[in-house]
Amino acid sequence: MTVVAQPGAAGFLARYQGLKDHLPGARLPWLTALRGDAAAHVAARGFPTRRVEAWKYTDLSPVAQAGFAEPLTAVEGALALPKPRCAARAVFVDGRFRADLSSLVGLTFRAVSVAQHLDALEGLLGALAPMADHPLTALNTLMFEDGLFLDVPAGVDGGHLELLSIAVDPGRPFAFHPRHVIRLGAGAKLTLLETAMGGGAQYLHNPVFEIDLAEGAVLTHGRAQGEGDAAFHLSMIHARIAAEARYDTMAVSAGARLARMEIHAALTGPKASCHMNTAQLAAGRALVDTTTGLDHAAPDCASRQTCKTVLAGQSRGVFQGKILVRREAQKTDGYQMNQALLLSEDAEMDSKPQLEIYADDVKCSHGATIGALDADSLFYLRSRGVPADQARSMLVQAFLHEAFEALEDDTLREALTAVVDGWWARHGAAS
Amino acid sequence: MLEIKGLTAEVDGKPILKGIDLVVPPGEVHAIMGPNGSGKSTLSYVLSGRDGYEVTGGTATLNGKDLLAMEPEERAAAGVFLAFQYPVELPGVGNATFLRTALNAIRRAKGEAELDAMQFLKLARERMKALSMNDEMLKRGVNVGFSGGEKKRNEILQMALLQPQLAILDETDSGLDIDALKIVSEGVNAMRGPNFSALVITHYQRLLDYIVPDRVHVLMGGRIVRSGGPELAKELEAQGYGAIQAAA
Ligand SMILES: Nc1ncnc2c1ncn2[C@@H]1O[C@H](COP(=O)(O)OP(=O)(O)O)[C@@H](O)[C@H]1O
Ligand SMILES: [Mg+2]
Repeated sequence: MTVVAQPGAAGFLARYQGLKDHLPGARLPWLTALRGDAAAHVAARGFPTRRVEAWKYTDLSPVAQAGFAEPLTAVEGALALPKPRCAARAVFVDGRFRADLSSLVGLTFRAVSVAQHLDALEGLLGALAPMADHPLTALNTLMFEDGLFLDVPAGVDGGHLELLSIAVDPGRPFAFHPRHVIRLGAGAKLTLLETAMGGGAQYLHNPVFEIDLAEGAVLTHGRAQGEGDAAFHLSMIHARIAAEARYDTMAVSAGARLARMEIHAALTGPKASCHMNTAQLAAGRALVDTTTGLDHAAPDCASRQTCKTVLAGQSRGVFQGKILVRREAQKTDGYQMNQALLLSEDAEMDSKPQLEIYADDVKCSHGATIGALDADSLFYLRSRGVPADQARSMLVQAFLHEAFEALEDDTLREALTAVVDGWWARHGAAS
Repeated sequence: MLEIKGLTAEVDGKPILKGIDLVVPPGEVHAIMGPNGSGKSTLSYVLSGRDGYEVTGGTATLNGKDLLAMEPEERAAAGVFLAFQYPVELPGVGNATFLRTALNAIRRAKGEAELDAMQFLKLARERMKALSMNDEMLKRGVNVGFSGGEKKRNEILQMALLQPQLAILDETDSGLDIDALKIVSEGVNAMRGPNFSALVITHYQRLLDYIVPDRVHVLMGGRIVRSGGPELAKELEAQGYGAIQAAA
């Protein structure tokens, strides 16, 4: 039987109607209500068009026009997985947790499948993920089947954990919407390495993370986005950072034909801080988008953000970064830098920094540069005998690696550097 | 041997070099002196192959090989080395990585075995010691945060590692105090030998007290207007370029 999936939001709503009694938690009233809300949002808004301000530069019509089905349930048995980078690893295949492929024994905290622990998630799942302004969060809430629930108790150092998402090619377009819920108690610590990858099929990976950091908690979140070339990657992080807590993300976005990594972080207690470093790379006709919103809602908080974009071929890059400093957020220290390197004349970068400041005693700065590789630097290297290709490669890597300079964690740095190097090996010489 | 015949070049359609004839035999060091804007840096860029400098006539060969037909990296492999008047900063490229990449590129081109990290470090430390350079400069980004003198020493270090047949030193003395000037000069003098020649470009006679040239050429308005022995530099120092111009 060939199933031709209906495109657009209507297609997802139709499939939700057919699936809803089979989705995990179908018998939980709170979740049924939440999914009902999500259905209303999806029905009202559908996929955002470029007329919506937040989607001005990123055209979702290829996603809206594709008809996605849910992945077949029966991907089982052994799979060729990349070598683990951390002792503990949670593996998701097509968005579903695979206990048989994961290794989560001996952890000092809870790391489990969302689908199997929905009872424990009432009041947590959905608490930090507003759907009104975020149509893809609404779609995720409507359709999610699984995800990772991490709960690190107060005072516990959870060490390193890898979250691997792998999409397996079923031979037709498919979509999955994992919902990850991460909670760190007061003073808890965790280093999370998130990897997203997949085969050559057209698929949509639409994960939503809800991250809640209690006072003094520290989450270091490395992200290696290396989806298949035909994939759509639309990820959303909603984070709440309490007093003296710290959320550091370091992302490489180097796969998919259309990738948007969006983060909304709220600094809700004094001396909370957030670092967001991104390196995004695109070649061919791909589009990469980094969109962030930082909500300074308490005094004495700091945020640091750098986004480095490298564009080859006819690719497009987008950076949108909003810093909101509320009236009560005195002594805010905010910094944002966004730099793009265009390796071809046909590549294009759009960037929109936005500062909205209501407090009077703040230090906020932002800057942006867009340019080609520096001719003087290239000549300097070539005059020392370094062939042109290698010289370009060195300069691009230097531009990107600067984003990870401050990264002290070797595991994360090696994982992210490998994604950058892999991208350059595939696309660099041709650019 | 470097042989330049009737070399003319322009930048942005403006003629800068207006017919240069110059021969530097192997083993010799020649100085090129001239006022600001006379075309000294242009000559060094034309010889090393920088974009934007259009050769409109003449030839330049090194040991019979046509330099002007080569890419910059091919010229480097053929033995040309330019010590930049303004060395370029490369943030994010470690100096050690840069030096080793350059050295191995040249060694590859010559058909020699590449050096591994350990072999390279040993060699680099040795050469740096001779130039009174701190090892710590290997760890920094190329020329990033280097003082003017450190940048020039880093250029001479590159020369000492790459062992060129023809070194072009473009105002390597500018911005150096007397101690640094001596160190840099010793670095150049240590290279002197039958297989090494150099074009030492300078504005001032001072450098030539330490690197004593075999010949001195005066470049003015894109032409070599006078050539002579080392005493010509002294004469220039005493009389200024005006007197030469008047006589030319
Ligand atoms: N990149 C350039 N663009 C435009 N003009 C240039 C450029 N480089 C050199 N020139 C011009 O060429 C002439 C010679 O410059 P240069 O070779 O730098 O002289 P010198 O090194 O002797 O001081 C000057 O008139 C200078 O303005
Ligand atoms: Mg000059």
